[in-house]
Amino acid sequence: MSETKSIKEMNKSSSSSLFRRNVRKFMNNKLALFGLIVVLVITIACIVGAVMGIDYSTPNLPQMKKPPSAEHLFGTDTIGRDLLARVLYGGCYSILVGVFCAVLSSVIGAVLGALAGYFGGRVDKFIVRLSEIFQAFPQLVLVMMLVAILNKRGLGNLLFIFVITGWMTTFRMVRNEFMSLKSETYVKVCEAFGMSKSNIMFKQVLPNVMSPIIVSTTTNVAFFILQEAALSFIGLGVTDATPTWGNILNAAKSLSVVTDQWWIWVFPGLAISLFVLAINFLGDGLRDVLDPKQQ
Amino acid sequence: MSEEKKDVIFKVHNLKTWFPITKGAFKKVVGHVKAVDDVSLEVYRGETLGIVGESGCGKSTLGKTLMLLEKPTGGEVLYNYDGTFKDITKFDKEETFKFRRRVQMVFQDPYSALNPQKKIYTSFEEPLKVHGVSNAQTREDVMQKVLKMVNIQPDYLMRYPHEFSGGQRQRLCIARALEVMPDVLICDEPVSALDVSIQAQVLNLMKDIQKEMNLTYLFIAHDLSVVQYMSDRIVVMYLGKIVEIADSKALYDNPLHPYTKALLSAIPVPDIHNRKKRQVLEGEVPSPINKPTGCAFHNRCPHCMEICRQVDPATIQCGEEGHMVACHLYDKKD
Repeated sequence: MSETKSIKEMNKSSSSSLFRRNVRKFMNNKLALFGLIVVLVITIACIVGAVMGIDYSTPNLPQMKKPPSAEHLFGTDTIGRDLLARVLYGGCYSILVGVFCAVLSSVIGAVLGALAGYFGGRVDKFIVRLSEIFQAFPQLVLVMMLVAILNKRGLGNLLFIFVITGWMTTFRMVRNEFMSLKSETYVKVCEAFGMSKSNIMFKQVLPNVMSPIIVSTTTNVAFFILQEAALSFIGLGVTDATPTWGNILNAAKSLSVVTDQWWIWVFPGLAISLFVLAINFLGDGLRDVLDPKQQ
Repeated sequence: MSEEKKDVIFKVHNLKTWFPITKGAFKKVVGHVKAVDDVSLEVYRGETLGIVGESGCGKSTLGKTLMLLEKPTGGEVLYNYDGTFKDITKFDKEETFKFRRRVQMVFQDPYSALNPQKKIYTSFEEPLKVHGVSNAQTREDVMQKVLKMVNIQPDYLMRYPHEFSGGQRQRLCIARALEVMPDVLICDEPVSALDVSIQAQVLNLMKDIQKEMNLTYLFIAHDLSVVQYMSDRIVVMYLGKIVEIADSKALYDNPLHPYTKALLSAIPVPDIHNRKKRQVLEGEVPSPINKPTGCAFHNRCPHCMEICRQVDPATIQCGEEGHMVACHLYDKKD
């Protein structure tokens, strides 16, 4: 102890061995790596497209229903807008919906799950009943109700409904994990040191539940993107002016488009499928890497 | 321990810790698991008080109740605050928090006692932060000091728990409990999860630390040879009650209660020519929900008398000073 340098400083370099090992494990999983790359490429392409300010909304009637060409890589839609621009711009909204809803519902689910699982008893009963009530409502009906009440369609509605109807799966998982983790000795140790309940819940126990939460958040992104696409397809999603992948597909409701203008539905459909597939690969890979039982 | 001056640190009077059994939608209480049932004892400063008994006899619950991790159903626990005794069962939040600096606990399972997601450094820092050591350098000095006591290099702090062996982890747990400089350390079977060779190492270390810090140990165990090695006095528990308290030597040389005799006869003897007669107890331990009437031990006792079935024996002094036993065999005949 001749040096007064802190132990923390001295060992900074050797500190992240666990993290590095996880990265290496992830890199060895080809499918997950493929998923990550596809997700990143699509996301970056969408963001770059949106930042560049490509024109996605001006109708150009003489150019309508043109098949893919050098000028319009993905062709044009029924009123002559460039499909590539719309798919890129729509991707921003779709991904935003997916990520925002997945993250926020995971946060709500995790906090409520931690409370229910840690305290048990009446608190637990109350929150579980609450989650069952939310689960009993069909999402579709809730969206329609909200659209009817507010009398307008919009992104906000969709995000709100997705978040309040989407937190239950994470909640159940976190609650179950907490119920088993709270009997671990280190929780008792923290109690014996007189740490506060919120400290024990969120700083001591929650990090141990983090990996399943991350995995379920990733797969939820895919789920919410599909939900948004489905709702937009039947015309209950965001307004027509805002392009999302589902909204672009909306055009393919007419039979003539399905049979004659394949490019209008193939490209947005491909974007959704590819992104969702890649996210699911990524989620599976993360599960393998982060699962503490497989270390 | 000095013989003449016995400074009491814990006084337990008629302590009861019962767990309710509920049934139905309205949580009607249909019975109680009487884990600790009417226990009275005294703990002296600087001694090691061993608590033995078979599984489920309430020794861990007793430890947890003294640590205020379980809420007692009745009775009182007095703790010596520099001469004045305060009942810790009636403490409010603030007083309980301060009490945690006086009494700490080492748990049975060192494999789950350290948070697997946190570096040892973080696990060690948190209690100090909570107890108001705000200066990072001071915190590190304390950590260095306690790690030196348990012979672990300070640069191991940056590792994760899974990088340590069981013995190392238990030493880390002991070090962590010592961080707040407690007076009493409640050890709940601290070595039962370890190899025999590591057990000796940890036990010797604990003895050294006790001398160095003038600690009082409450040593809960089911391994009789370990308890004999560690303890100054021994409490024998059966079904939530104390059946015998005696000095370590007196208990092993001259056990009074039939249950203690049976327990001691179960210790294996290394010399095969000098084998003791094993006294095997008949039957099972009764359920702590429906305890037998009278003496809890009467259905397995080889010396069971009529009175044992009806009257619960009081704890009386018998033989040497401080040798207490709860058995009708030693009732004063007058």
